[in-house]
Amino acid sequence: MSTVCASCLNILVFVTLQQRDPMLKRDGFEDILEERRNSSDLKYALRCYAPVLYKGVTPCKANMLKNIVLQSDQLRYVINQVSQESGEAPDIIQEEASVILEEMAHRLQISTVRFFAFALSKAFKTLFQHVCVNEEGIQRLQQAIQEHPVVLLPSHRSYMDFLLMSYILYTYDLALPVIAAGMDFMGMKFVGEMLRMSGAFFIRRSFGGDKLYWAVFSEYVKTMLRNGFAPIEFFLEGTRSRTCKSLTPKLGLLNIVIEPFFKGEVFDVNLVPISISYERILEESLYARELLGVPKPKESTSGLLKARRILSEDYGSIHVYFGQPVSVRSLAQGKVNRSTYNLFPRHIPRKPMEETQSFVNDTAYRIVRLQEDNMVLKPWVLMASLLLQNLEGMELSVLTEQTVWLRGLALSYAAFLDWPDHAPTAKVVSSSLALHRGLACVSGGRVSLVVGEPLGPVTPEEALFNRAVSVLSCASYRNQVLHVFLRPAMLAVAMHTAASSKKNEVYNCFSFLWDMFSNDFILCPGDTVQDFEEACYLLVKTGAVQMPQQDIVMTDIGQPTLSFFNGLLEPFLQGYQMLLPTLRSEHSVLCVFTGNLRCYEVLSSDMQKNALAALLRMDAVRKVKV
Amino acid sequence: MASNNNSSDRQRIAQQRLSRIAAHLHKHEDGNSGIIAKECKIDATGSPEENKGTVPRKRQEIMKWNGWGYSDSKFLFNKKGQAEFTGKRYRLSGMTLPRLQDWFENTFGASVKHKSPATPVLNASVVPPPRLNEAFVENLKATGIPFSNEAEDRVFRAHGHCLHEIFALREGKKFERVPDMVVWPNCHKDVVKIVELACKHNVCLIPYGGGTSVTSALECPPEETRCIVSLDTSQMNRILWLDENNLVAHVEAGIIGQDLERLLNESGYCSGHEPDSMEFSSLGGWVATRASGMKKNVYGNIEDLVIHIKAVTPRGVIEKSCQGPRTSTGPDIHHFILGSEGTLGVVTEVTMKIRPIPEYQKYGSVVFPNFEAGVACLREVAKQRCAPASIRLMDNKQFHFGHALKPQVSSIFTHFVEGLKKFYITKLKGFDPHQLVVATLLFEGDRERVLQHEKQVYDIAATFGGLAAGEDNGQRGYILTFVIAYLRDLGMDYCVVAESFETSVPWDRVLDLCQNVKERIIRECKERGVQFQPLTSCRVTQTYDSGACIYFYFAFNYRGLADPVHTYEQVEHAAREEILANGGSLSHHHGVGKLRKEWMKDSISNVGVGMLKSVKEYVDPENIFGNRNLL
Repeated sequence: MSTVCASCLNILVFVTLQQRDPMLKRDGFEDILEERRNSSDLKYALRCYAPVLYKGVTPCKANMLKNIVLQSDQLRYVINQVSQESGEAPDIIQEEASVILEEMAHRLQISTVRFFAFALSKAFKTLFQHVCVNEEGIQRLQQAIQEHPVVLLPSHRSYMDFLLMSYILYTYDLALPVIAAGMDFMGMKFVGEMLRMSGAFFIRRSFGGDKLYWAVFSEYVKTMLRNGFAPIEFFLEGTRSRTCKSLTPKLGLLNIVIEPFFKGEVFDVNLVPISISYERILEESLYARELLGVPKPKESTSGLLKARRILSEDYGSIHVYFGQPVSVRSLAQGKVNRSTYNLFPRHIPRKPMEETQSFVNDTAYRIVRLQEDNMVLKPWVLMASLLLQNLEGMELSVLTEQTVWLRGLALSYAAFLDWPDHAPTAKVVSSSLALHRGLACVSGGRVSLVVGEPLGPVTPEEALFNRAVSVLSCASYRNQVLHVFLRPAMLAVAMHTAASSKKNEVYNCFSFLWDMFSNDFILCPGDTVQDFEEACYLLVKTGAVQMPQQDIVMTDIGQPTLSFFNGLLEPFLQGYQMLLPTLRSEHSVLCVFTGNLRCYEVLSSDMQKNALAALLRMDAVRKVKV
Repeated sequence: MASNNNSSDRQRIAQQRLSRIAAHLHKHEDGNSGIIAKECKIDATGSPEENKGTVPRKRQEIMKWNGWGYSDSKFLFNKKGQAEFTGKRYRLSGMTLPRLQDWFENTFGASVKHKSPATPVLNASVVPPPRLNEAFVENLKATGIPFSNEAEDRVFRAHGHCLHEIFALREGKKFERVPDMVVWPNCHKDVVKIVELACKHNVCLIPYGGGTSVTSALECPPEETRCIVSLDTSQMNRILWLDENNLVAHVEAGIIGQDLERLLNESGYCSGHEPDSMEFSSLGGWVATRASGMKKNVYGNIEDLVIHIKAVTPRGVIEKSCQGPRTSTGPDIHHFILGSEGTLGVVTEVTMKIRPIPEYQKYGSVVFPNFEAGVACLREVAKQRCAPASIRLMDNKQFHFGHALKPQVSSIFTHFVEGLKKFYITKLKGFDPHQLVVATLLFEGDRERVLQHEKQVYDIAATFGGLAAGEDNGQRGYILTFVIAYLRDLGMDYCVVAESFETSVPWDRVLDLCQNVKERIIRECKERGVQFQPLTSCRVTQTYDSGACIYFYFAFNYRGLADPVHTYEQVEHAAREEILANGGSLSHHHGVGKLRKEWMKDSISNVGVGMLKSVKEYVDPENIFGNRNLL
């Protein structure tokens, strides 16, 4: 740390901030539902759909695609290998491969897409006030699709995500993507097939050692990518984030779509980060229960039908932001030497080299951060952050006042805030409370969280459970703003815990926190110093901190900011703290129950999982087979 | 008598052969005025005889000082706006090419109104005065070996044919460093004397053969403070002996391709080594750069053709003691010399394989619906090892380029036939004129075998959707490669800069490499402010068992650019990086020179570079051969 010139770093950080976060250059939004409310859905579903494709390729029939995959050198090689290892005849293995492919492959059909276009129009209009899309992003995407193979990488918060994506692309006459979906969907009778016919292809959740499966799968994806038949879409986070916090990215599919570039099979691959922000998530209360250990309902058609009741509620608006396409070629410039791929036949599968692995990992984190950057935040997100620091409830006036203050802070940290123009703050606060009346309520001028009251007598455990559900639901909104405040907040905590105000010591604490939290938050590997400098820069910029010589000290006006930040991360700190001793006892619930701990979030399986992973990673605990 | 019959047969075949060579190089001429037939004198002693080579000491008397080739041959747009090719030497000479202007203007966004003429004569003031080493000059005079320090002679040998070199000549730019004198040794012994004197007086020698380098290999290192002597081998151009029992000939290394072929033909033989530069490039140059000839499928590349090399180094003369066809005597020392690019010494004499002139030669061509199909066909041909003497696949752009060089059609009938062919291919067979590509073929051998071979290749082609498209189309493809350098001069008269470069690559990467390199060029041009779409074209120009040689053309209209050559160099640099990243080699036959030195370490590893360095260290510790190529 001390070896790096601080002022250089400041400039560097400033520049990267400008690059990553061109706040002033974010596009405006258009509401695509507006037109749907004013014209015929049927006409819309039946209109002429003729998207432009990559370099004008002709679309490929699903069957032709399968043949290309089955006859590829790559797959033939693995088939022979598996056949030699297992002693089965190649024909049999080939047949197996064909079956896998059959199970996996999409069967995109325009008629199904039209059906969805019609049905979703109806559903969206009932559920949402607005579905907003940045049209400049769409134009950039349209351009990109013609020039290079495109990979769409949306954030994943809801089952809605991929239907929504296809719906939007259809609306703008863009090539429909093929979407990697978890096999669990396929279990849904009829619906699974419908999804398949709207472009989903299904992959098993785990196929660790299955060479043949991996080969079929990766060749299938690569064939579509190389030939530019359709944009590939998948979720870097791997699964829906139940906490609304971005999940650390999974690398398998990203590896697959980047490899053709390294092997020179395509000139470039464009990765398009897409941020889908929901004002209210359909699965809101389900997620909280799931985090508390109530099993996720199995995807089933009947379940979906039962979920119809959600149609009667108001879920606010959706914002979909298509980010700037990221060129893998530019990213890899100077980082990966492609000629190292020259000495090995391209059709023989090989573990990616270390250099490549770290590049892919790095890229994945950068993309997720880009997703975060363009997430649209609603005022309620700020209010939820404040309410969670005041679980006993707040005066409405205080909440309003502090929300305004927090809004200023968030904006100066380049948050993408969707604050209604020209509306008085009180109105904004009250309408937010109205939309989220299931989570918070006002009574006697005080705002507090709503705790579900089951009928009949309540056991203390049930009461605790209900309380936890409401806290975790609320936390899922606070989590949406964490990426804006995370770095300064970690610095605030570091300043609080460091033994002195020496920059080095604060940095050491920061670095420890950074390391510890890197399973919970999106912290790009190797960026500790840069993140620290960014945090310093932001806190100094907003006047909360001064940095005379080698010290970091709070200013006179810094108290509210720093204490808010400390409060923001407190649940996480307490959660991690709790977990160490409770690893030995099996009564973590008891701790909360008996009042040892005020933090409900430690009950979240997500936090437990992340904390455990962090502790394992940091060698604080190790796994023992019992 | 049988032997008499034999020799008269041979005479006849030689005559046929000559006219065939002339057919793809030169204009048909019954009188054969430019080419003087000469009996081969088998002279075991190697004693000098009178010089009958094409190249005079004063090259500038017959060749352009600031462009490609003969002074009397050039393309120009005449007053009617039609292109014509002047002179009498080539098949295209004296013809008008009605399609060229349209093609030129449409391809480059250029206009015949925007001229960028070259400086007509060399201005002596831009040439630095010679730094002579008086003692060396004195000693040299005593040997009687001719030399010169005139500006024209020195400038002519200060460059090869890289774009930046020719561009600078045309602009009349000031030279930083040119050779201080030129010497013309007449034989091996002369070279030995010159090298000895150079070592004695610490003079820098730069061997000069045909001057067709495209790797900055002939550029004088600007930091060189010693006297630089250009050693022009052009007068060492005799066939010293010819051994019909073993089918080898012993030849002085300064001989240029066309003279070698002509002289061998007179005895009924050929070398079969026909690089596109064969009109001007020399045998020694081929050896020093690892050259490749168009018909390598039958005759082999230069490393397959040489049996024995004699070279003069500062350490003395290097040569093998026998002419065994193959030896197991440690690493082959020929391979230190092959590709040494003038850094170790001068190649003076070479024993090389010769072959009887083939009885029959036939061009051919195949049209494919697209480049992918064409490459697949060539790959199959290579797999079955049935490649004709030459097989090349030109991409769509090059196909159209070739067509732009069609001379005026003389009869309505040919016009009609042309139209019919086009109709057949594009309408009846459904080939997209913007996708279709053409493979050009050249078969050699006895008539029956050629016809059989031809059928085999066309049958393979048919399985990839290829349609035979006639001899004429094939031949035109080869004409293009011989006049391309003349065409570059035409382009430069109208603000278009152009260059070619090559690589070799495994079969499975051919398509990807071609596509990625073209795309990289287009993108780099755009990023560097080139206002017009560049021309990027490639052909698969050689096939091997495991891969192919790809040849790229790259040109753009530079109007609006401050420093077109710099822009060009940046783009070419990027293109080479793209080639390397796509599994291509640093060079297939152009060599490294100074242009591609920076990639040598990555190409042959640190140890490899170290090996070459230690050889240089031993052979030439004082860096007498100081052109600084390669390492």
